[in-house]
Amino acid sequence: MSYFELMGFGPKGWGWPMLMAAGMTVAVASCGFLVGATLGSLIAWAKLSRSLILRSLGDGYTTVLRGIPDLLVIYLFYFGGSAVLSRVGQWFGGSGGFVSVPAFAVGALAIGVISAAYQAEVFRGAYTALARGEIEAAKSVGMHTMLLFRRIIAPQVLRYAIPGLGNVWQLALKESALISVTGLVELLRQSAIGSGSTYKPFSFYFTAAMLYLVITTVSTWGFQRAEDYSMRGLRRA
Amino acid sequence: MDLAFMAEIFVKLLEGVPLTLRLAFSSVALGAIVALVLAMMRMSGLAALDWLARGYVFVFRGTPLLVQVFLIYYGLGQFRPALQELGVWWFFREPYWCALTALTLNTAAYASEIIRGGLQAVPHAQIEAARACGMSRFLLFRRIVFPIAVRQALPGYGSELILMVKATSLASIITMMEVTGIAHKLISQTFRAVEIFICAGAIYLILNFLVTRLIQGLEWWLSPHLRQPPEVLPRPEAAHV
Repeated sequence: MSYFELMGFGPKGWGWPMLMAAGMTVAVASCGFLVGATLGSLIAWAKLSRSLILRSLGDGYTTVLRGIPDLLVIYLFYFGGSAVLSRVGQWFGGSGGFVSVPAFAVGALAIGVISAAYQAEVFRGAYTALARGEIEAAKSVGMHTMLLFRRIIAPQVLRYAIPGLGNVWQLALKESALISVTGLVELLRQSAIGSGSTYKPFSFYFTAAMLYLVITTVSTWGFQRAEDYSMRGLRRA
Repeated sequence: MDLAFMAEIFVKLLEGVPLTLRLAFSSVALGAIVALVLAMMRMSGLAALDWLARGYVFVFRGTPLLVQVFLIYYGLGQFRPALQELGVWWFFREPYWCALTALTLNTAAYASEIIRGGLQAVPHAQIEAARACGMSRFLLFRRIVFPIAVRQALPGYGSELILMVKATSLASIITMMEVTGIAHKLISQTFRAVEIFICAGAIYLILNFLVTRLIQGLEWWLSPHLRQPPEVLPRPEAAHV
């Protein structure tokens, strides 16, 4: 069977499964990225706060999560999560055996927790790039904290954060390949399944690599568009 | 939390540290050579070489490292007869060499951009001055361009080194027993994920802290011109001359 027959959409082709798996990769990476954005903005807020305790907690989080391998975090959530679920099952009268956790939730959570550390740094950097005078002006017209955040801080922080967020998104996308160790059928796992049943590992992993390249290229283009759009009101030096 | 258990785990995990460090340092050292070649190709001014290097960087930065590891370790098995004929099968059969190859090729792509940035940051006036003194191209590179570029690129290279220490954990997926590999084995034996995670995480944090310190020391040693000069006390009698 030729390569194109193998990866085609015919009766024996693996085209559809591979495309579906690519969709799963994008889905798990996007969910993780959104979890990371939520958690990351909270951590950025902690790191920018005046309280010493919150600041050191935020610093600790980003230092630890950026200093240990992502694979360890995924193992922690996968095995730790199932241990917790087994314990809960025991309370409700279960046998206390191994309860497996949903792979998608574990994956999205693990990617989110890791990318939160990177996103926190991006948001913090973007906030410090914000002109002090803008906040003073908003306060002087009597905006309260929520309104100030919604109208002045959030839109501008987002504008300065877009290039950094693009980098973090690429990281999240590549981390999603590691989620295959939990058994979630994303691109890499699907390639492993395919090469196991056809004995053509190179064809499958090569296709996976090409699909990853397509996804990263499209997202680079998308983030560039978003950056251009967000900067349309700014004069560039 | 069981401290005796954690101490025992910590000692077991420490056995993986030499392999982690060996993978990280050999891949960064070999990768630096490949990266230098790639950076030279980018700056050669020859379109063919430039695009070749661009393509390499695009592919290796745009795909996950784990895919590259699998492509080399499992993927090349598809061409086993051809590789055996060439006499290189023994190399691609070993998980250690496959992991090292993947890590080297991957770090080379990232490092070539760091090196290129460093080389391009060399002030033009410095090169003109060296030419005016009549330095040959090689001497100019060795004495002027390279030392300045290394100083510029060092902070970026430091973070690449940390990324590589973290990336060695992927070797555990192709059966290498470095720190993460041992941690995975211990977790599936004992199901005490939290304690083992804390111990393994601590080991990586210590390693990365030491790497950061090493790079900082190197930066300090390479930039004597930026340090405060030692204070020279004026000689009092000079005023009376």
